[in-house]
Amino acid sequence: MALPAAAGDERSARVRRLRARARRKELARTPLTLLTTFARWVDLTDRVGRVWDGLPKPGRWALLAALVAGCYALPNFHPPVINTPGSDFAGVLFYPVATYVLVAIGLNVVVGQAGLLDLGYVAFFAIGAYTMALLGTRAHWDFWLILPVGVVFAAVAGVILGAPTLRLRGDYLAIVTLGFGEIIHDAANNTNQIGGPRGISPIPHPPDINTAAFHLHFTVLDPKPYYWLLLTIIIVVVVAVRRMERSRVGRAWTAIREDEDAAELMGVPTFKFKLWAFAIGASIGGLAGVVFATNRIAINPDNFLFEFSILFLAAVVLGGSGNMAGVIVGAVVVGYLPERFRSFQNTRELWFGAALVAMMIFRPQGLVPARRRQSEMEDTSKPGGSMTGPLGAEVMGDDTDFRPDE
Amino acid sequence: MTQISGPMSDAPLLELDHLTMAFGGVVALDDVSLAVPEGSIFALIGPNGAGKTTVFNVVTGVYQATKGDARFAGQSLLGRKRYEITGMGIARTFQNIRLFAQMTALENVLVATDVRHQTSVPGAVLGLRRHRREEREGRARGMELLDLVGIAHRAGETSRSLPYGDQRRLEIARALATEPKLVLLDEPAAGFNPAEKRALADLIVKVRDTGYTILLIEHDMGLVMGISDWIAVLDFGQKIAEGLPRAIQADERVVAAYLGVAEDESTG
Repeated sequence: MALPAAAGDERSARVRRLRARARRKELARTPLTLLTTFARWVDLTDRVGRVWDGLPKPGRWALLAALVAGCYALPNFHPPVINTPGSDFAGVLFYPVATYVLVAIGLNVVVGQAGLLDLGYVAFFAIGAYTMALLGTRAHWDFWLILPVGVVFAAVAGVILGAPTLRLRGDYLAIVTLGFGEIIHDAANNTNQIGGPRGISPIPHPPDINTAAFHLHFTVLDPKPYYWLLLTIIIVVVVAVRRMERSRVGRAWTAIREDEDAAELMGVPTFKFKLWAFAIGASIGGLAGVVFATNRIAINPDNFLFEFSILFLAAVVLGGSGNMAGVIVGAVVVGYLPERFRSFQNTRELWFGAALVAMMIFRPQGLVPARRRQSEMEDTSKPGGSMTGPLGAEVMGDDTDFRPDE
Repeated sequence: MTQISGPMSDAPLLELDHLTMAFGGVVALDDVSLAVPEGSIFALIGPNGAGKTTVFNVVTGVYQATKGDARFAGQSLLGRKRYEITGMGIARTFQNIRLFAQMTALENVLVATDVRHQTSVPGAVLGLRRHRREEREGRARGMELLDLVGIAHRAGETSRSLPYGDQRRLEIARALATEPKLVLLDEPAAGFNPAEKRALADLIVKVRDTGYTILLIEHDMGLVMGISDWIAVLDFGQKIAEGLPRAIQADERVVAAYLGVAEDESTG
């Protein structure tokens, strides 16, 4: 290809060309490598799922116990591969990883279980955090006293938002919740009594916990006690949500997600259960906010931007909307990966976006899909397929039963 | 389990009292009066677009009647919420199957049994004894009903993966799971072959004999004439005849409505 030229020039030009070609190849390969890695990863989660399904009950409990013990022990190690260079590992485990996990579990109740698309979920997180900050700095209440108050405040906010808006469906509800998230942010930003854009500080830490077995000292310096506290809260919440999922409550939510009209005609008080989903989701978000705020010395409105609502939603969808185990995995991935690859700081949102797009193409049901949702996704090609989109947004199907039979 | 025993009584379980349902200028039901006696199989027939499903939708609270009244066991149904009406003891199936597609057959039925359960979110979170008992009993009752309609062996399959006929049977089981007094069946035999229709007829009679009252919409005349205790005929929103199956078959207006005039063929 090279045209005749002076020998030396030709050689250096060739080297340049070769290098350029190699670079191009490298660049072309990067997405491909990512994709294959991704495919392997997804395959792995499937295999883990199969092993889990095949295990007898005691085996599952043993595995679960080992996993929980591993989670408690994790911040004591700095494991070689999963360590986070550039930021404190235990700190990353507390925020964003464990915090996102708790938030995602709460959002999954609303989005994954009941199929109500909430785009302003960060508002409840903010309400919890501001409750902690205000009652801690002004009233000098104890963390343990504020915790239930923050949860109740968030739940009440959920009911206040839900009572008038849950009559809406699908896209309309999404837009209203989006507006609610913005209202909470703007209200915090513009109310000088709660610090305005400067926010609130110094937020008190929880009192020390001294028992015969262990001693937890909550300070700025050591994030481990916070992580253990949050992990314990997560376990309690997981058990509670699990119990709901497997009862009448979870069935009502699924029925509403699948066909709200039919659910109501089968005797499900749909409004009441949607409101429950909102209140429960909100209170879990508020709970996460309280713990988040007590760990920070200061919070301000920019900790609760719209992008967090989207990030939380991404965690839910990425992990497998409707499946709590999947959602936890999704939140860990969404929280952890950006911290692990801090060196890509400038472009990490681009990669994150690309990963989400790839995910939606190759694995729309999430990393660890819910059993039901999986079959829904597989069947979308068939006629008479899904009536609900991946986020549970309503796509009204054949509705002739409710048309006047004229 | 709510079961009505005893012979057919004269007091109607469901009563439509000069019921009119208009959508703008379209009158779907025009001054219709019906009385469904307890313990009967009451069939509602008529050409497509006659207003049969509209009757179901008014009775179950989907539509609010324009004029007149619908009473169930003496109580007006108008203005009540749909789930309240289900709670009062009226259950229905759908002309176009509307199961919860991703839930298993048993779960579909369980959703319906929950209307009779007292515990809710706190009971589930705290694992109260009463809640656990209700879950257990719901499951037992659900399996019983799946067995009654003959699909107990498919309890664990998602309802979407069930064959068409089993989906229709599951709809009946789901309706019965709300422990109703009155069951509204909307074209339960649609798409069935003759053998399946015979099995369905047997099932409907069996359900009636268990103590339920049945209001049936069906196009298959063989089925309707074979099992109905009483038949009412609607045409263009008006009741044009009612009576015993034999009388209906002989009624001139009914024959005219069915064989009838060209406009009837326009709707599908």
